[in-house]
Amino acid sequence: MASKDSVYRTVMVALALCVVCSVVVSTAAVVLKDKQVANAANEKKANILAAAGIEVVNGDLDAAFAKVTPKLVDMATGAYTEAADVATYDDRKAAKDPAMSTTLTADQDIASIRRQANLRTIYLVEGDKGLEKVILPIHGYGLWSTLYGFIALEGDLNTVAGFGFYSHAETPGLGGEVDNPRWKAVWNGKQVFGADATQPMIGLIKGKATAESKHDIDGLAGATLTSNGVTNLVRFWMGKDGFAPFLANLKAGEA
Amino acid sequence: MSKTKDILISPIFANNPIALQILGVCSALAVTSSLSVTIVMCIALTTVTAFSNLFISIIREQVPSNIRIIVQMTIIASLVIVVDQVLKAYAYDVSKQLSVFVGLIITNCIVMGRAEAFAMQNPPLPSFMDGIGNGLGYSVVLLFVAFLRELFGSGTLFGFEILPLVTNGGWYYSNGMMLLPPSAFFVIGGFIWLLRTWKIDQVEKADFTLAKHTK
Repeated sequence: MASKDSVYRTVMVALALCVVCSVVVSTAAVVLKDKQVANAANEKKANILAAAGIEVVNGDLDAAFAKVTPKLVDMATGAYTEAADVATYDDRKAAKDPAMSTTLTADQDIASIRRQANLRTIYLVEGDKGLEKVILPIHGYGLWSTLYGFIALEGDLNTVAGFGFYSHAETPGLGGEVDNPRWKAVWNGKQVFGADATQPMIGLIKGKATAESKHDIDGLAGATLTSNGVTNLVRFWMGKDGFAPFLANLKAGEA
Repeated sequence: MSKTKDILISPIFANNPIALQILGVCSALAVTSSLSVTIVMCIALTTVTAFSNLFISIIREQVPSNIRIIVQMTIIASLVIVVDQVLKAYAYDVSKQLSVFVGLIITNCIVMGRAEAFAMQNPPLPSFMDGIGNGLGYSVVLLFVAFLRELFGSGTLFGFEILPLVTNGGWYYSNGMMLLPPSAFFVIGGFIWLLRTWKIDQVEKADFTLAKHTK
């Protein structure tokens, strides 16, 4: 009988262990996959609904999400497109793929996102009187991290109906206050554009915004760089390289 | 029986892995800013330590000693991946907050340390108990740290408001440092001080004594 430390024994023990461990790990991965995919999808739906301010009744996400229609928008023309399947299109993956995205020049790229996906998924909420809300994905760089979120606009395509980030890694208690519900509520009812419908005016100011101001949002105390980042990313996505062409088309009724 | 009980209980205060052996401090800093996340981390670590001890102890007679560390790592890594997958499926929100720290249980010194120091020499059942005991010892410290950090950093416990924050219209100015990882150093230091005041035998002997300057 070979001793415990012989080469043969060592190889056999290592091999047996690897087989057993890989079977355990792959079983866990395969068995739990469906549930994990469903979790990720539900989370996205929950974020969209939260930005739109649609209430989820009894935790039934799918029933609440039935009111929301996803559509793909071609960012260059600002028109709807059927070039990809909206159910499977992944905005974040597309933004990384050179074939499906464009590089932004330094003066375009105020939100520091470097690449812009050619197509973006947007969400429409339609009611009895036509378009009620449009929910647009936004992202950009803050202090430590890229903030990902949604902005919802009312049917007039100018008044903010909801705002929020679902993923970021800003400093807790300072920049992390972007998650504070009281701060997010300040956005509701503010106007994105002034007289000129291509130049977004909305942004964070230092200190507290007055109730009369139409475009000012409270700055985040102790988080100047995060505040600047939020202003930049909102202005980018509402501007001419963002969703402004689409919003103009939508307003004219020919998106 | 009393020996098994001793193996289970002693790591909690008498031989605490964080406070006495100063192991596993890294994750104690990172995941303790809120209690609910901390509890999941504690359960995950206790599970991994207990089962890695159990499996390693079962095969300890078979493992050639020249590859024993790699064998231990493989078992620990497999368990951690399984725990991570289960969390992603059943506790998605928490697993997002824990992010890489579940994966980093693999490198947690407590798991590896108990495998090498205890499970390689002892039968399966005591090894399993030792894993649970050390997991509980780790949990006690983490929960203590998380309690203080969440209460004074966010004014909440398990997400419920205890001290209303000024930013939410209350009166409490939160302590921003408590939300940042370094604050855990201070809290763990305080924990060790309290523990050693209570159990004086844990105080280490001074390495040397200062000689008098002059006669």
